[in-house]
Amino acid sequence: MSAQVDTHAHEDDHGHHPKETFITKYIFCQDHKMIAKQYLITGLIMGVIGVLMSLLMRMQIAWPTEPNVIFEFLLGKWAPGGVMDADIYLALVTIHGTIMVFFVLTAGLSGTFSNLLIPLQIGARDMASGFLNMVSYWLFFLSSVIMVSSFFVEAGPAAAGWTIYPPLSALPMAQGGSGLGMTLWLVSMAIFIASSLLGSLNYIVTVLNLRTKGMSMTRLPLTIWTFFITAVIGVVSFPVLLSAALMLIMDRSLGTSFFLSDIFIQGEVLHYQGGSPVLFEHLFWFLGHPEVYIVILPAMGLVSEVLATNSRKPIFGYRAMIASILAIAFLSTIVWGHHMFISGMNPFLGSVFTFTTLLIAIPSAVKAFNWITTLWKGNLQLNAAMLFSIGFVSTFITGGLTGIILGDSALDINVHDTYFVVAHFHLVMGISALYGLFAGVYHWFPKMFGRMLNKNLGYIHFWVTAVCAYGVFFPMHFIGMAGLPRRYYTNSNFPLFDDTTNVQILITIFALVGGAFQLVFLWNFFYSIFYGKKAEQNPWKSNTLEWTTPVEHMHGNWPGQIPHVHRWSYDYSKPGHDEDFVPQNIPLKEGEEESHH
Amino acid sequence: MTGLLTILILLGITIAIWQMVKIFDLAQVNKDTSQVANDGDNKVQGYLMLAFLGFIYGITIVSFALWGDLPLTSNSASEHGPEIDRLMVISMTVIFIVQTITQFLLHYFAFKYKGEKGRKALFYADNDKLEFIWTVIPVIVLAGLIMYGLFTWTDIMNVDEDDDPLVIELYAQQFNWKARYAGEDNVLGKANVRLINLDNANILGLDEADPNAQDDIITTELHLPVGQPVLFKMRSQDVLHSAYMPHFRAQMNCVPGMITQFAFTPTVTTEEMRLNPDIYEKVKNINKIRVNKSKKLQAKGEEPLDSYEFDYLLLCNKICGKSHYNMQMKIIVESEEDYMAWLQEQKLFKNSLVQN
Repeated sequence: MSAQVDTHAHEDDHGHHPKETFITKYIFCQDHKMIAKQYLITGLIMGVIGVLMSLLMRMQIAWPTEPNVIFEFLLGKWAPGGVMDADIYLALVTIHGTIMVFFVLTAGLSGTFSNLLIPLQIGARDMASGFLNMVSYWLFFLSSVIMVSSFFVEAGPAAAGWTIYPPLSALPMAQGGSGLGMTLWLVSMAIFIASSLLGSLNYIVTVLNLRTKGMSMTRLPLTIWTFFITAVIGVVSFPVLLSAALMLIMDRSLGTSFFLSDIFIQGEVLHYQGGSPVLFEHLFWFLGHPEVYIVILPAMGLVSEVLATNSRKPIFGYRAMIASILAIAFLSTIVWGHHMFISGMNPFLGSVFTFTTLLIAIPSAVKAFNWITTLWKGNLQLNAAMLFSIGFVSTFITGGLTGIILGDSALDINVHDTYFVVAHFHLVMGISALYGLFAGVYHWFPKMFGRMLNKNLGYIHFWVTAVCAYGVFFPMHFIGMAGLPRRYYTNSNFPLFDDTTNVQILITIFALVGGAFQLVFLWNFFYSIFYGKKAEQNPWKSNTLEWTTPVEHMHGNWPGQIPHVHRWSYDYSKPGHDEDFVPQNIPLKEGEEESHH
Repeated sequence: MTGLLTILILLGITIAIWQMVKIFDLAQVNKDTSQVANDGDNKVQGYLMLAFLGFIYGITIVSFALWGDLPLTSNSASEHGPEIDRLMVISMTVIFIVQTITQFLLHYFAFKYKGEKGRKALFYADNDKLEFIWTVIPVIVLAGLIMYGLFTWTDIMNVDEDDDPLVIELYAQQFNWKARYAGEDNVLGKANVRLINLDNANILGLDEADPNAQDDIITTELHLPVGQPVLFKMRSQDVLHSAYMPHFRAQMNCVPGMITQFAFTPTVTTEEMRLNPDIYEKVKNINKIRVNKSKKLQAKGEEPLDSYEFDYLLLCNKICGKSHYNMQMKIIVESEEDYMAWLQEQKLFKNSLVQN
C-alpha cells in the first residue's frame, strides 16, 4: 500500500524540479542514472589502474629483475635503473587485488547497474533516497582517491596482500607498506564500506517498496533479484570487515591485542599478548567469501537478462534461478573457512567447511545448466553483449570446476596459495565478473548514453579478450599444481621451478596482448558517448521496463504515468503473439495465460 | 632490452587497433549501420563460437602435452601423498568430463541456434523433471567427492600418538626457517619469544631452565629419517608464514602466538628420489634450461648458474614481507643411520648457548 502512495506522490511531483546547474546535474547529482554513469566511469578508471598493475607484475614474473624502461617510467624510485623492487611488487599484488575486487567489481559493477537498473526495471521514479545515493557515490569516490594516493606515500602503499593478514599488516617494522600505506588502505576501505552500506540499504528499500503496480517479486527480472540479494549479502557481511578493520586500527595505534600475540621482531619483544591472527582471518573471510558472491551475483543477473533477450527465449527455469540465487546467498555466509583449512584452525572445522563449500556447487551447477538450456533452440542474436554473456558462462564453468578441488580440504593442502588458486579465482570471479560488466555495458550503453557502441569493435574486443583470458589463466593451473607459490617476486631462487619459466613468459605475452586490447573497448566507449550512432528506444527488442523510457534522460524516468506491469519479463517468442517479444507493460490478451505460473 | 621490446609490441598493437578501426569505419559506409547484430554477424559470430570451442579444447590438449608432467600428481614422498594424488586425479577426471561436455553444449548451441531473421525461438520456460535431474546428478557426484575428501582429510590431520612420532619444531621468522629436534627425550622444551636472548644465542626463546629443553637441537637444515612418522610443531616469531613441503603434500601455517601442527611419514629418501626416472628427467630438463640461461648471462659478463640437483624443499607460502620469495630450507630424507649420524654432529641446546 505504502508503495502505491509513494508512487503517486512521485507522479504528482514530476515536472516541478528546480532548475539544474552544471554542479547538480553532473557532479552532486541525485538522479540514479547519472550516479550510475559516475560509478561506471570511476570504476573504469580504477579498472585501468588495476589492470596496468597486473601487467607490471606479469612482466616482472616473466623477466625477473631485468631492467625495464616501463618500470622505470611508471614506478620511479621503486624501480631504480628499471629493476623492480621487491617491496613494490608486493604492493602491486595488494593494491591490484583490492582495486579489482572492491573498486572495479563491487562498486564499478554492482554500483553502476544497481543504480541504473533498479528504478528503471521495477518502474520507479528514482531510488528511495536520492540523497543517500549521491552520498554513497561520493564516499566511493573519496575512498578511491585515498586508495590510489597511497602510492605517493614515502614508504609505499599497503603490501600485505589484499587480505591484509596481521601481524604483517599491523606492524610497520614488518614491512615498509605497513606504515602510512596501510593506514590509508584501512581508512579507504572504511569509507568504501560506508559507501557500500548506504548503497545497499537504498537498493533493498527501493526494491521492496517502490515497485510499480503489478510488479510482484516473481515478475522481477533476474537482474533485480541478483542486485537485491547482493545488497542483502553486503549489509550482512561488510560490517564485519569494518569491525575487523577498526580492531586492526586499534591494534596498530592504540596498543590493543586483538590479533597479535607473542611477537619478536627486529630484536625486540612487542607487548602484544593474547590475540590471534586466526581471529582476523575469520572476520576477514566472513566478508571475504560473501564478497566474491557480491561480485559475481550481479554479473549473473546481467548475464541472465542478456542471454534471454538475445536468445529471444525465456530464461530457462526462472524459479530455479531465484531459488539458486537464494541458496548461493545463504551458503555464501557459511563457507568462509575454506580459505583457512591450513590456517591452524581445528581440522574438524575444515571438514564442516568442505561440506558446505561443495554444497554451493549445486546451485551454481543448476544456474550453468539453465543458462545453457536457455540457448537451446533459441534464435540467438550474437551481439557483443551476448558474446560476453556466453563467455561468462564458459569461464564461470572452467573456473568454477576447479573450486571442487580447492574446496576439498584434503586437496587444498597441496595447492593452497599456489598459482592454481590464482587461476581458479581469476577465471571464476575475476574474468567472469568482468565479462558480466562488459555484457552490461554493451547491452545498456544505449540506455545510459542514448547512443550505440560500435559492434565490430565490440566483436574484436570480445574475441581477443576471450582468447587471452584462457591463454593467461589456463596454463596457470599447471604451474600451480607443480607447487609454485603465488606472490613470489621472482622464482629464480628456486631452480626447482625453472621449468615453469617458459609458461610464465607465455602467460605474460597473453596478458599484455589482452590488456592492450582493452584499449579497443575504452576507445569505443568514450568515442561512442559523443559520436556513436543515435540509439532507438528499444534497440534489442527487450521486454523490461527500462526500454519504455525515452532515450533522452529525464528526471522521474517516465513522462506521465509509470507503466503498470502485467507479465514477467521473459515473454520472448511466446506463442500467440506476432512479435517475438512482449514487453512487461502489455496487458495479457484475452484468454492468455501468464507464463510461469 | 625486454622493456624496449614490450614497448614496441604495445605500440604495434595500438597502431594495429587504430588501423583496424579505420578499416571497419570505412567498410561500414553504405552498409547497415544499426550496430545491432544482423544475420551476417550472427553467422560469423556463430562460426567463431565453434572455433572458440576448438580453441578451448586445443589449449587443454596443448597444456597437458607440454606441461602435463609439471603437476605433482605422482612421485609423492610421504605416506599420505598417494592418497591426495589419487583424490586429485579422480577430481580432475570428473572436472575434465564435465568441462568437456558443458563447454561443448554451450558453444555448439551458440553456433547451431545463431539467429536468422523470421525464425522464432522455442518458447521453453520450464521443465521440472530436467531441472530435478541436473540438481540430483551434481548432488550424487559431489556427495561421493565430499565423502572421499573428508575421509582423506581426517586421515591426514589426525595424529596418531601411538605411532610414537618424532617431534620436530619448525620455527619461522622473516625470512628463514629453523628446525628444532626434541632430542633424546623426544619432548620439546618450553619456549616463548619473550625468552629470546640474542646475547647468549638463545634465538628461539627456549626456557633455559626447562630440563626438556637441554637436549633440544636447533638446525638450519631439516633432516628426516625415512619411514618414521614425524610430527611437526610450527611456530612463528613475527608474522604469518606457511610451511609448505610440496613433495610431501604437506602444508600448515605458522602463526605467532600459537603452535600449529602437521604430521607425515616420509617414504622416499633424497637419494632414491634423485634416481626416480621422472625426477631424473625433470632435473635433466631443468639443467638444460639453466645451461641456456647461463650462456645468456655469460654473454653479458655475469656469473653462470650452478647446475641443479634435486632436493626436497620447505618453502614459505604465506606472504610475509620483502624476501618472502626466498624463504626456504633444504629437507634431506635419509636412512635411520645417516640421520642419527647427522644428529650426533649437531650441538645440543645447552651447549649452544654462549656463556658470558
